[in-house]
Amino acid sequence: MTHLETDVLVIGAGGAGMYAAIEAARGGAKVILADRSLIGRGGATIMAQMTVAVALGEQEPDDWEHHYADTLAAGRGLCDPALARLLCEEGPEVIREMDDWGVGWARQDGSKRGPMKQAFAPGHDRPRCVYVDFLNTGPAVSKTLRTRLIRTPEIRRVGDLLVSELVMRDGECVGAVALHLATGQPVTISAASTVVATGGLTRLYQRNSASANMSGDGYALCLAAGAELVDMEFVQFFPIGHLAPRLIGMDPIMWDPFRYKLGGRLLNGNREEFVHNYGASDDGKYVVTRDLATYAIVKEVEAGRGSPHGGAWLSFEHCSEADLRAAGGPVIDRLAKNGIDLTRQAIEVAPIAHYHMGGVRADVSMATRVPGLFAAGEAVGGANGANRLSGNAITEALVFGRKAGRSAAARAQASGGKRAAQSAFGKAVIRLCEGLPAPSSNPAAMIEELQALMQKEVGPFRTGAGLERALERIRSMHQVLPSMKPPAGKPYDTELADWLDLTTMLTVARCVASSALARTESRGAHQREDHPGMADEWQKNQVIG
Amino acid sequence: MNEGRMTENVARLVISRGVPGSERSEKHAVPFEAGQSVLDALRWIRAHSDPTLAIRYSCTSANTCKECMVSVDGKTVYACTARLEARQMHIAPLPNKALIRDLVTEIAPPDERLVDSL
Repeated sequence: MTHLETDVLVIGAGGAGMYAAIEAARGGAKVILADRSLIGRGGATIMAQMTVAVALGEQEPDDWEHHYADTLAAGRGLCDPALARLLCEEGPEVIREMDDWGVGWARQDGSKRGPMKQAFAPGHDRPRCVYVDFLNTGPAVSKTLRTRLIRTPEIRRVGDLLVSELVMRDGECVGAVALHLATGQPVTISAASTVVATGGLTRLYQRNSASANMSGDGYALCLAAGAELVDMEFVQFFPIGHLAPRLIGMDPIMWDPFRYKLGGRLLNGNREEFVHNYGASDDGKYVVTRDLATYAIVKEVEAGRGSPHGGAWLSFEHCSEADLRAAGGPVIDRLAKNGIDLTRQAIEVAPIAHYHMGGVRADVSMATRVPGLFAAGEAVGGANGANRLSGNAITEALVFGRKAGRSAAARAQASGGKRAAQSAFGKAVIRLCEGLPAPSSNPAAMIEELQALMQKEVGPFRTGAGLERALERIRSMHQVLPSMKPPAGKPYDTELADWLDLTTMLTVARCVASSALARTESRGAHQREDHPGMADEWQKNQVIG
Repeated sequence: MNEGRMTENVARLVISRGVPGSERSEKHAVPFEAGQSVLDALRWIRAHSDPTLAIRYSCTSANTCKECMVSVDGKTVYACTARLEARQMHIAPLPNKALIRDLVTEIAPPDERLVDSL
């Protein structure tokens, strides 16, 4: 069995994990960067379409305190002020460092070094969002970080590693056990510090905008290790995810950049504008916040005024071909290949699970309450409260990643090279390897069932009765898990990977549904049909663990 | 001859399965709906008839992760951007990469593999 030793183990190679690894290496640590997917290809960062919010003041004068005020306002009173401040205050440093590394933020004059373009995004008081053009922000950020990783010999990159357990000894996290997907063999990794950078939980939902490995892995791993989770009920739905007609090879959040640049018109099934009926303005400009737009669309559908597939129309029919070409560039050609001409037709959009505000509870050094265990990026809960501003996710990934890498390296150095022996990992290895040769159920089918259940009962609108139904079904699905565990040992055993994911997803789903049931009010992304409106007594965070 | 032009609502996939040294072909019928990708069909098979079918993908539909490369009718494509059609289609692992299992091949750079990175 393979046993690895390192100063810092980083789990997850999205934006936060890659930055954490780079920073830990700069801090003098030897690093293993592990990902269940290929390095720098999975996760959410690579899928970001456009905006990265940061108070650079290049488009208009700005200061981090203005960004901070907008972040707190969007969070509806629930942001962890210290984490939100960290995101806004240190954002400019990481964005400028990414610029030095050649990410290619769009410039006002089209040059390489001139003042950056900063776009206006809903919820911000001024133009604040840098971007790399034509749906390229996420891929460019990922590629830039990957290039830095490759140039850093202290970082060992290992893909195809699906972590099944964090391992504890004497109350400290001493590393992890993982399934090596390519061989089906267990791997033990002994580390002085472990950083969980596994992203959010959007895969829990049937309609989502993130990659297939966003199953809430880090939440389940940290909870089992004794860390706390916070704000688990707050799942952000992206209001205008693509719904119809069906498109091949296009990200469902692709309409966001078009909205930033051209505004566009959001229409109900009767082709009438409707967002203003819900207390927001949307007259040709993209200013409505995500929670409110989601609410408005779902309510129109409920009232029988939805588009044919159960969403809203998004129309750019009033825009000229030249304007559409300027805004979409090569995307216009990809749309044409799918038979879509935006000057002649509206498309249908509907809310999809996009981001999770909750997550692992960490302090401003990204330390959890478990010694040796850190979190970074979307896996951390609290900075965005009850609703995240658009543009804050990549900034959060980079700032929190850098901070976690620094803290993890410092702890490794202070530990003086002490490592847990391989024997500490024995029980976790047995749990991963044991199993029944002929499992009784199809875990891929159960994952789909869970996704449908979460979409229906724990989606953007919730009721006490629906949440109770969800929790009951989650409990019964959990009960059959032991009877369907496949043993480890087969190369690329997707059935075992699905079983591990289903186990994680059921744990995390229970956290989301139970927190949502307890919160008897409506706030930000958590909307209860049976408890409309915010309640003063609920201006508090729920903590699990 | 006219097999490919039949108006039926089924895509018939002939999928190469197995580990090195014991490869075989398997037929699967998948309900066809216009606008589906080959990856949609492979995922449908995993959830509805055979969860042991091994495929590699991450971003699912956005053509960003570049992990779902397979051979469709002899051509290397991304399964998420290859259009599913209501006819017989041959799906196989990449011919020029080491086979791991079914449609999964070793596509990671050598220094990012567990063994080679040691």
